[in-house]
Amino acid sequence: MPAVQETIDQVKAIDVDQYKYGFVTDIESEKGAKGLSEETIRFLSAKKNEPEWMTEWRLDALRRFKQMEEPDWARVSYPKIDFDELYYWAAPKSVEGPKSLDEVDPELLATYEKLGIPLREQEILAGVAPENRVAVDAVFDSVSVVTTFKEELKKAGVIFCSISEAMREYPDLVKKYIGSVVPVTDNYYATLNSAVFSDGSFVYIPEGVRCPMELSTYFRINEQNTGQFERTLIIAEKGSYVSYLEGCTAPQRDENQLHAAVVELIALDDAEIKYSTVQNWFPGDKDGKGGIYNFVTKRGDCRGKNSKISWTQVETGSAITWKYPSCILRGDNSRGEFYSIAVSNGHQQIDSGTKMIHLGKNTSSRVISKGISAGKSENTYRGLISAHRKASNARNFTQCDSLLIGQECGAHTVPYIESKNATAQFEHEATTSKISDDQMFYCLQRGMNEEEAVALIVNGFVKDVIQQLPMEFAVEAQKLISISLEGSVG
Amino acid sequence: MNANAPIRNTQAESELIERYEAAKGSLAGSVAVSALRDAAIGQIRDKGLPHRRVEEYKYSDLRAFMNSAAPLAEKANLDAAKAAVAAADTFGDLDRFRIVIANGAFAGDLSDTEALAAEGVTVSSITAALDTEDATLLLASPKTGPNDGVVAMNTAFVQGGIILSVKAGVDVSKPVEIVHVATSAGGQVVRNTVKVGEGANIRLLETFVGESGTGEINAVFDYTVEDKANLAATRLITGKADAARLFTTIATLGAEAEFKSLGFVAGPKFVRNQQFVNFTGEHSEAKIYGVSMAGGSDLADQTLIVDHAVPHCNSREFFKTVLDGEARGVYQGRINVAPHAQKTDGEMMTQALLLSETAEMANKPELEIFADDVICAHGATSGQMDEDLLFYLRARGIPEAEAKTLLVLAFLSEAIEEYGEEDVTEGLEQRVREWLADH
Repeated sequence: MPAVQETIDQVKAIDVDQYKYGFVTDIESEKGAKGLSEETIRFLSAKKNEPEWMTEWRLDALRRFKQMEEPDWARVSYPKIDFDELYYWAAPKSVEGPKSLDEVDPELLATYEKLGIPLREQEILAGVAPENRVAVDAVFDSVSVVTTFKEELKKAGVIFCSISEAMREYPDLVKKYIGSVVPVTDNYYATLNSAVFSDGSFVYIPEGVRCPMELSTYFRINEQNTGQFERTLIIAEKGSYVSYLEGCTAPQRDENQLHAAVVELIALDDAEIKYSTVQNWFPGDKDGKGGIYNFVTKRGDCRGKNSKISWTQVETGSAITWKYPSCILRGDNSRGEFYSIAVSNGHQQIDSGTKMIHLGKNTSSRVISKGISAGKSENTYRGLISAHRKASNARNFTQCDSLLIGQECGAHTVPYIESKNATAQFEHEATTSKISDDQMFYCLQRGMNEEEAVALIVNGFVKDVIQQLPMEFAVEAQKLISISLEGSVG
Repeated sequence: MNANAPIRNTQAESELIERYEAAKGSLAGSVAVSALRDAAIGQIRDKGLPHRRVEEYKYSDLRAFMNSAAPLAEKANLDAAKAAVAAADTFGDLDRFRIVIANGAFAGDLSDTEALAAEGVTVSSITAALDTEDATLLLASPKTGPNDGVVAMNTAFVQGGIILSVKAGVDVSKPVEIVHVATSAGGQVVRNTVKVGEGANIRLLETFVGESGTGEINAVFDYTVEDKANLAATRLITGKADAARLFTTIATLGAEAEFKSLGFVAGPKFVRNQQFVNFTGEHSEAKIYGVSMAGGSDLADQTLIVDHAVPHCNSREFFKTVLDGEARGVYQGRINVAPHAQKTDGEMMTQALLLSETAEMANKPELEIFADDVICAHGATSGQMDEDLLFYLRARGIPEAEAKTLLVLAFLSEAIEEYGEEDVTEGLEQRVREWLADH
């Protein structure tokens, strides 16, 4: 069944030439030396006043990176990246250390305003009910420019700051957890990130605390020829809860820019982390020129009993996406979730999916992935579900649907399902025919035709995924809600 | 590890290279065929046997498994072959034609060549054909994926096999069993080419009997199913064997053709049954079934790629695996839909039942789709036996062992019955029972 008109229109509305965040902020900025070398790293580390162990950690990563080879298994193709032609440090000149909002360059504030990101606490307070407040960490090129609601969060015991600040203020916490989920040599891009990461967010939720508001980071690449390498570390102590949002945009440029991030989540006993992303990097123009290479390693470790990590992503941007938010289900009874809607258009290439690694007893996971490809794009779901020897009674349910619009795009599904425990029960499916007969009958009986009925039921289902997103992202996600999945293929 | 760096050959690889040098003079083939063989052994020398870093062999590391390579089997003693075929109970008293391949070579004297000729089926040895200049076509297997190591091994060492051709419009009255019999130790490398002419209809039974000791079996079946023709192939891979059992099917389908196959695996230590199905004409259908049973430390690997290169074709893949002991089951299936192959209907299902705590299953059902008006679906499940069902049966006075047998049989029979070749159904189910009695 081909896609219905409504869906085609919706996808068109978010086509690559509709990119509205492509403006450049004209702001005086400072760059480090070009190229990837020990000097670059020492410069970077000094710039950020980092402790000695951190500098060593970075240098070690660099040495290992030099010995690694670029992976080629993903279904994406791009010219070789010359890491020596990149700048690893770019920052707006006015930013120097911790500051109040009044000191922030008005040009920057204007930029975030234009992007619709509220940075002024009083404005947020004026407009929105208190329960909908969001604390924002705004990362501009290589540095975090401002973090809002810090004081209020501090009252609750929550630490929310840039990772550079955390390294100075809370070195023990950082030292204990950084690299414990994504080791330095985990993969090519994670190793690069370990060597040159510039900034990112650090979140620590103490035992038993339910974070009083949504936390959010907003990433913006502005400078030319720079890569953005951010590092996010979220630790949820026993019995705590946090919901974290991430958004990203970049100017429209002819060149490709590299974004290689590492995100590490740690959930201890009974803790829950909910991580949501709306990824809207510049996808390149309609001829496939420019755009961000988004090579990201995201991994959550359900370290404690009954812990839960949930990833939700809406992917519409980036020229190339290479991203597999994963969960290591180490604690008994822990749970991992992955909800994804990936829309590719123009010449975009997406190779994304998840890994659910069941190590503990009674662990469960759920994977829902919807891929929509249009134009000349390629959209691949690549996922691994594995149960190890001791993962008795592990449960997984995976559903990945894809939809093609037009004759020049491709949709691929590459699931790996490995079971090493007989009591593990895995189900993987990819059809729309799984709509229950009862539901269909109910709708048909009330005078709907079959297509309307399917649309209603499937939309209800996609809405379930969208509803996993916090309110604040609902606007962007709204566009996708009306995408129906008739004619979808596994 | 750099995939392009030269490798250090394992003992088995070195032995294969030695074996090649020793056998080279006696292997059939024209100059061009010899060149192909040289290239194939060169690939094994340079890249080694397929190993886990080759994506297609991720779960079935042949390089690690093969400790040694025995020399090729010598020419068979026909009396011994005849006795072995008679002794082997492959499909009971099913009325069928028989073609015998003994120690890798076509044994015309033991085959029903004349009866088949009367039906319109010609059977000849591939060996003579390999000596002709255009014989490279017989060994050219471009559709098996780039440089498949198992096919390269086959190309290098092909000892013999058959060329079977069904005349257009002929409906062969009885199933044709191709029995591969081993009368002595040593590797057996066979290539069978089957052409089903336009509108013809044939059912094949492929069996492997006798004792080949430490030698591997490597058999390639190259089927061409022409327009409106119909081929059903049942492959029986049974018996206890410690050496690798490697099977490759290459099926090329014309328009409005039908191809159906069942790969039945129970027993050997290392089985790789790989199939490459290619649609070249519209409105054709392929139904691929697999039934695997593995116990002990056995490995049963069913791998297939179905290539929908043209519009309006249907394919259905249905695989069942039962694992016991420390056995490993592998299913890797891929449906490719080429651009403009509209109205493709593909459905792939793989299900595994783990009877022991230590068995392992790896499922990899892939889709690669470049056309927008298609229906493709895949499903995969794995788990242990349903305790509720077992309880239900036991509550009705059925002993546990018997209840388990019933449930496993019911699980596997879904595929066997859907395959629908009624005259082999009973024989296959009997083998399931026998395997279960052993495990």
